[in-house]
Amino acid sequence: MSYLFRHLDVVARLSGEHVRLVGVSLMIALAIAVPVAVAITRRPWLARPVFGVFSLVYTIPSLALFALLIPVFGLGFWTAVAGLAAYAQMVLVRNTVAALRGIEPAVLEAAHGMGMSDRQIFWRVQRPLAMPVFIAGVRVATVSLIGIAAIAAWINAGGLGTLVLDGIEHDYPQKALAGALAAVLLAVVADQGLRMLERRLAR
Amino acid sequence: MRFDRVVKAYQPGQQAVDDVSLAVEPGRFVVLLGPSGCGKTTLLKTVNRLVEPTSGSISIDGVDVSATEPVVLRRGIGYVIQQVGLFPHMTVAQNVAVVPSLNGWPLQRQEARVHEMLELVHLPAHEFGARFPRELSGGQQQRVGLARALAADPNILLMDEPFGALDAIERTRLQGELIALQRQLRKTVLFVTHDVDEALRMADAIVVMRTGRVVQYGTPLEIIARPADAFVSELTGAHDLVRLLGLMRVANVPLAHDGEGPDPGAAIGLQADLRAALSAMLAAGTARLAVRADDGAAAGTLTFETMIQAARAATGKAPP
Repeated sequence: MSYLFRHLDVVARLSGEHVRLVGVSLMIALAIAVPVAVAITRRPWLARPVFGVFSLVYTIPSLALFALLIPVFGLGFWTAVAGLAAYAQMVLVRNTVAALRGIEPAVLEAAHGMGMSDRQIFWRVQRPLAMPVFIAGVRVATVSLIGIAAIAAWINAGGLGTLVLDGIEHDYPQKALAGALAAVLLAVVADQGLRMLERRLAR
Repeated sequence: MRFDRVVKAYQPGQQAVDDVSLAVEPGRFVVLLGPSGCGKTTLLKTVNRLVEPTSGSISIDGVDVSATEPVVLRRGIGYVIQQVGLFPHMTVAQNVAVVPSLNGWPLQRQEARVHEMLELVHLPAHEFGARFPRELSGGQQQRVGLARALAADPNILLMDEPFGALDAIERTRLQGELIALQRQLRKTVLFVTHDVDEALRMADAIVVMRTGRVVQYGTPLEIIARPADAFVSELTGAHDLVRLLGLMRVANVPLAHDGEGPDPGAAIGLQADLRAALSAMLAAGTARLAVRADDGAAAGTLTFETMIQAARAATGKAPP
């Protein structure tokens, strides 16, 4: 623990990097996952190929996935972001599709029958009703990305994984432990925060 | 509203709706009646273009519905479905205001309209407006569904088994309220059901459908008294003459004016149906009833014999 308290500034800076890494990855992941999920609910035949690809990506060990991306993006931040975003697709798309499909068909029929356009149905009916399940997906994705992002230190992407790596390399367990604890703390905070949001939306 | 040779085939050779032509007069309450899978719901949905016909056309006030954008068309047609489909994340008031808000009404006008509509379906806005659909009973939910469908004051109301999911007591109550409402509003209503009693009770005219085709189109009395074929007869229970009596009014039967005093205590109103008259006779153990006009004045005497003759005449059978 001594390392953690003596180097709070370093831990804080690396935590910031970690959050940025996860945050940017999540934003990009969402920008892809939500339209894909909407497309799947409108054209069900898309489900099989899309889920096929994403579950394939999901089965690749994270370290291997980063390694595969190095020839494309080189070493560093954006490689990590690409890997993390790809990783999150499975959880996000699956949950978003489940959230949209979970809406009672009668509600959608009524919406059509009232004369809402597809766009109005999406924003006024589907979006609010899908929100709780969608946020649950975001929560699971966020927590797992915080964990996987620690591995991104291997490819020079920074973040709390740096402490773990250095600690192992220099046989300095205190340092590795500080990185691990900080990552756990981040995950717990993100999990609890999103859980609260989820409960608020479900009411 | 007019259907002209409407065909809907979901798969080639399998017509859900098969060459249906019929005209519905404005202000009439028309029931589409038939067993499940007979195409009545499909036919209903061609009116607001939730279903596009394979061929043929539907027109409202002489204008082909396919000439209007579906979204615009639907805002001018009330739509009520069995599962109600209220928006669970919106309050009752917000649900009722959906179409007015789509139409861009100013907020004040929306609010006034919501009040009026909730009053109409006996759910006072101050008590129910701020509630969410899940806090209401099934019957209350469907009242909101009806209020929502009427909110933008459409001329046409499409109702797809609206009371099918309610228990018997609630169903009867809502049927009664809808009849009263219709007397007041005079909408053109297309109402789908497979419940014969509901059809007979509600309809100005009934369209009996079977395997996508119209088998008979007529008033409830015509359908029961002169079913077009064995299918209609069996579906509607036309052999049940008590049902037939339920569709005939005392006012339409020749009354005796012979001055012979009927058994005291047994009287019936001119507007009552003959089923009620029969019931009154059985209850009083008499074959004669004094008939009273709406103002209570004596209007004559109804006898069991004239009742039988009227019923037989309606079915086209010669008097015995």
